[in-house]
Amino acid sequence: MSDPKLTAVGHDEVGAGGVTGTHDEEAGARQNSLWSDAWRQLRRNVLFWIGAVLGLLFVGMALLPAVFARGVDPRSCNLSNSNAKPSAEHWFGFDQQGCDYLANVVYGARNSLIIGLLAVIVILVLGVLVGAISGFYGGVTDSILSRIADIFYALPLILGALVVLRSGILGRGVVAVAIALALFGWMTAMRLVRSQVIAIKSSDYVAAARAMGASDARILVRHILPNAVAPVLVYATITIGILIAAEATLTFLGVGLQPPAISWGLQIDTGQSLLRTAPHAVLFPSLILTLTVMAFVLMGDALRDALDPKQRS
Amino acid sequence: MGRYIARRLLLTIPVMLGASFLIFALVYALPGDPIRALGGDRPLAPAVVAQLTEEFNLNDPLWLQYVKYVGDLLQGDFGTDFRGREVLDTITQRMPVTVRLALVAIAFEIVIGIVAGVMAGIRKNGFFDNVVLVSTTLIVSIPILVLAFIAQFTFGLQLGLFPIAGVNDGWYSFLLPGLVLAAGSLAYVARLTRTSIAENMRADYVRTARAKGLPRRDVIVRHTLRNSLIPVVTFIGADIGTLMGGAIVTETVFNLPGIGRAVFDAVRAQEGAVVVGIVTLLVFVFIFFNLVVDVLYAVLDPRIRYE
Repeated sequence: MSDPKLTAVGHDEVGAGGVTGTHDEEAGARQNSLWSDAWRQLRRNVLFWIGAVLGLLFVGMALLPAVFARGVDPRSCNLSNSNAKPSAEHWFGFDQQGCDYLANVVYGARNSLIIGLLAVIVILVLGVLVGAISGFYGGVTDSILSRIADIFYALPLILGALVVLRSGILGRGVVAVAIALALFGWMTAMRLVRSQVIAIKSSDYVAAARAMGASDARILVRHILPNAVAPVLVYATITIGILIAAEATLTFLGVGLQPPAISWGLQIDTGQSLLRTAPHAVLFPSLILTLTVMAFVLMGDALRDALDPKQRS
Repeated sequence: MGRYIARRLLLTIPVMLGASFLIFALVYALPGDPIRALGGDRPLAPAVVAQLTEEFNLNDPLWLQYVKYVGDLLQGDFGTDFRGREVLDTITQRMPVTVRLALVAIAFEIVIGIVAGVMAGIRKNGFFDNVVLVSTTLIVSIPILVLAFIAQFTFGLQLGLFPIAGVNDGWYSFLLPGLVLAAGSLAYVARLTRTSIAENMRADYVRTARAKGLPRRDVIVRHTLRNSLIPVVTFIGADIGTLMGGAIVTETVFNLPGIGRAVFDAVRAQEGAVVVGIVTLLVFVFIFFNLVVDVLYAVLDPRIRYE
């Protein structure tokens, strides 16, 4: 069909497929065309907005739990309310200890967010560093680093993190869980960055920069890495969701966060035995966990579509 | 081709050794004394401790322990756990459960995934296509853990259709956990098939087939589907290794006595030999199927040649 670039730069009142963009030749528009194109594309994507709203709700719960918990203290409990069903007063009912469940589920968001963000940051640092070195220098360095990545890749994320956490080398708690997850999750980011670097390093502008006497580090940081940002960003967004699910799973399996920490994994674990009598105990943390994961998956999917010019019609 | 396989096999060796050493080091670098823990409240006689320590090579430096372990492994000796039970026995006893679970999961991936993908792909942007897109996004977002409880609660407790734990009903008891285990990959298979079909529907040979006046069914099944399945087949092959990881959660929630459950129990009980043995096996399975897939790729698609 029409030139994808023109189409995508078209104003958003012009429907998909229109070629009547008027602002596309404006000065400066070419500079960040990938990102401004992507943003125009994203704005039209309903799924992106659903993801963004869910994501904001989740971040809100993590930052201001008291507001979302309607001011109820998650630790003020009354055993006579044990496992009481949801009601107009207490939307999520009560847990086994008779604590307000809405408050508990809301307060669980913070640990999930911290672990998801921390783990993804470590993954990005490791992945970009190792991937850039591997792709840029090639040869023996690349072979060794790629084999190391293969080794970690052959171990399932949950299994690897399970063993590391149980071994106690990292200690216990939020940071330990995040690092354990990152340790067995950095390989895909590394491969992404590596392949981007290999693709770009033989381009003319890199040769030009080198001819002007730019150092390796400068070439990498100024000329090569910016090109790898788009795929890595998509990957990172989806990965936050996957890491949050993985944290809940590890905690459920008994090696993640420990009580008295408030965590969805712990709530699901406790609720598991009450599936017959008080199904809401598993339902609510599972629901919020799923919506949170979904927020990041939807945003990541939309971002990928928006950043991939080939998919535009 | 032979040379390619040989080179790939050689590259496999450092990865296998590296992965098993990594786990070995993590497991045996543990603080605490597993042999004293074995005694529980009653202290063991020093002679017994000394003998067991000797038997499990616990006095050697870590690398030497590992070398001895690999030496035994190459002779088919997986060692024994701290209670004197052969690790190989545990594996052979638990493996059939996991194999069955994986077979059921793969069957779901193939049947549901491919059918949904084909139906979505032949009418891109149609109603069914959108249904598949939305439902796969939904499924991908549900953690296996949550999916397991949803399945247990609705199909098991509410509807009473399936058993929710154990393996007492033969293949029937594997349906629910198999579906849960397959869900994520199933969604991926559906999307992959859809993209692939939609792309091939526009290919020249499909237009030719249509122009010859072939019935629509033949065009889709014999010309489009066959060629579209190459990436799907390879994905499913590579997925077998990944399923083993998911099996840990699925087998735990559904209380299936398989490999995943065994390795989880062993990690908790700090049974080093069992953990290392099973992980080594899983890594082998993962690498093996990845190799098979790479070779299969060349067999299925003659345009690809490995040199």
